[in-house]
Amino acid sequence: MSLPSQLDQVFVLLQHWVAGLFPVWLQPFVATVLAVVGIVASFPAIFAVTTVLERKGLGRIQNRLGPNRVGPLGILQPVADGIKSLTKEDIVPFTADGLVHFLAPVVLVVAVFLGFAVLPIGRNMVLANMDAGLLFFFAIGASTELSVFMAGWSSRNKYSLLGAMRAVAQMISYEVPLLLSATVIVMMTGSLSTVKIVEAQGGFTGFLPHWYVFTPWGFAGFVLFVIAALAETNRSPFDLPEGESELVAGYFTEYSGFKFALFFLGEYLGMFSIAGFAITLFLGGWGAPFSFLGFVPSWGWFFLKLLGAIALFIWLRGTLPRLRQDQLMNFAWKFMLPMTLLNLVVAGAWRFMGEGPFGGVTRWLVCSAVLLAAYVLLGRVLMRHQKLGPRSYRYAE
Amino acid sequence: MIPTLFGLTLPFLILAALTIAGAVAAALLRNLVHCALSLTITFAGLALLYLNLDAQFVGFVQMLVYIGAVAILVVFAILLTRGAGMPEYRSFSSNWLLGLVLAAATFALLAWAVTLSLPASAASAAPAVTVQGIGVALMTTYVLPLEIVAILLTVALIGAVIVAMPEAKSAKSPSAGKAGAQ
Repeated sequence: MSLPSQLDQVFVLLQHWVAGLFPVWLQPFVATVLAVVGIVASFPAIFAVTTVLERKGLGRIQNRLGPNRVGPLGILQPVADGIKSLTKEDIVPFTADGLVHFLAPVVLVVAVFLGFAVLPIGRNMVLANMDAGLLFFFAIGASTELSVFMAGWSSRNKYSLLGAMRAVAQMISYEVPLLLSATVIVMMTGSLSTVKIVEAQGGFTGFLPHWYVFTPWGFAGFVLFVIAALAETNRSPFDLPEGESELVAGYFTEYSGFKFALFFLGEYLGMFSIAGFAITLFLGGWGAPFSFLGFVPSWGWFFLKLLGAIALFIWLRGTLPRLRQDQLMNFAWKFMLPMTLLNLVVAGAWRFMGEGPFGGVTRWLVCSAVLLAAYVLLGRVLMRHQKLGPRSYRYAE
Repeated sequence: MIPTLFGLTLPFLILAALTIAGAVAAALLRNLVHCALSLTITFAGLALLYLNLDAQFVGFVQMLVYIGAVAILVVFAILLTRGAGMPEYRSFSSNWLLGLVLAAATFALLAWAVTLSLPASAASAAPAVTVQGIGVALMTTYVLPLEIVAILLTVALIGAVIVAMPEAKSAKSPSAGKAGAQ
């Protein structure tokens, strides 16, 4: 085996070698445990790095320094934060529902970790290569809504409950465009398996890759997916559920110590997994961006793309102001939903307009024109009916 | 080999116990939100039972629809109708005997139907159903039922929007609006 391919498979070879030390009947079990340990160790490590990068990046955007006291350039800040959250007192409100209050962060973190099971991190590097992997991810993602509700309801705090209701309404609304924008990929690949979706984007034309984002429907789907993903993970500009100027901290107001850290962890891990799926679906997964860069290990490409996605999310957070509740809902149902439905039709048209030199050019022009026209028209119509003054309330005055 | 008990595998027994425990808790707990959350455990147990039977698609859809949507809907309905802060309810209704008879009758009917539909040779190999196979069947053989369900759901959605819409027309005919409000 040549050196690049050995480097590419280094974790797989390591797993096989360690599993080979055990008796045969124990080997599948040991191999699975090793893969799980790899996931459970690496993504929280990225989380620790991301918290520093995010605070530093936001500091830069807001023209200040950010954390710079712990260690050189403040890079040991997550260690200090971790020790702090471990040693802080765990306060449970007197009237809170003890069991549900305890279970909520646990359910959130477990559900979010399960999502990584079907994420292809590199060549041959997926924990469970399921026939319906994508469906598994969305099914698991749906159960995080319940943990948010459990946290908000069990705290017996009106800010918590309001935050939880906002979060659940938002997540349910944006789940529809999230699923529909991913459906386009399933239509074109003909499979729900994440591994097959990555393999379908594997080829190169000249030195350019066959990523789905480089097609009209793929680009529209990617943008819609990322917007829905931001809303689904409660990231800015969709962070109303924890809008600190209105709701203290939303559904985890009454959490302290390590439980608060678990919510923080769950939120960031949710962001990583959904960004990982955006990469898998639209950006070629672990594939190299140019044919001559194939010698870099596949997992290296995946994590580089993941860091790029995180940088984009931090940039958006530092740039965009928070939406209002009515703007959020209008955007979901009047812009996102029609666009995703139209994108399904466009993808179907793309599929049946053929590959040839004539069909190839026409389908590019027709599909791009339809999507662009719909984008401009929907945007114009939405803006015309947008009342940008103070909101009038029907029931609360 | 997987160890068995009464001819049932250990994973099946664990999942069955979890499912039944959730259902019993949903019936007996006093706080309605606790009941809804226990019901969610039952939904999850059912999904895992489907997965245990190698029915990936049904298992995941059970999770997506029941845990992701139905449980949330139940919880919202409880909070919007009764409020969050009233924990005590009687766990037995006044006509529990009638309920027991109805439940027993439903169980007997289902059990009868299931035993009738069992194939003669119980040991026949399980059919290998892939997600792709389900998709092809839905798009070819069963496309008409699928479309009918789609239309039904769209009608329900539009109906819900119309019910929830603010009465904007009342400004044009104030008398009708007032009559409606009274």
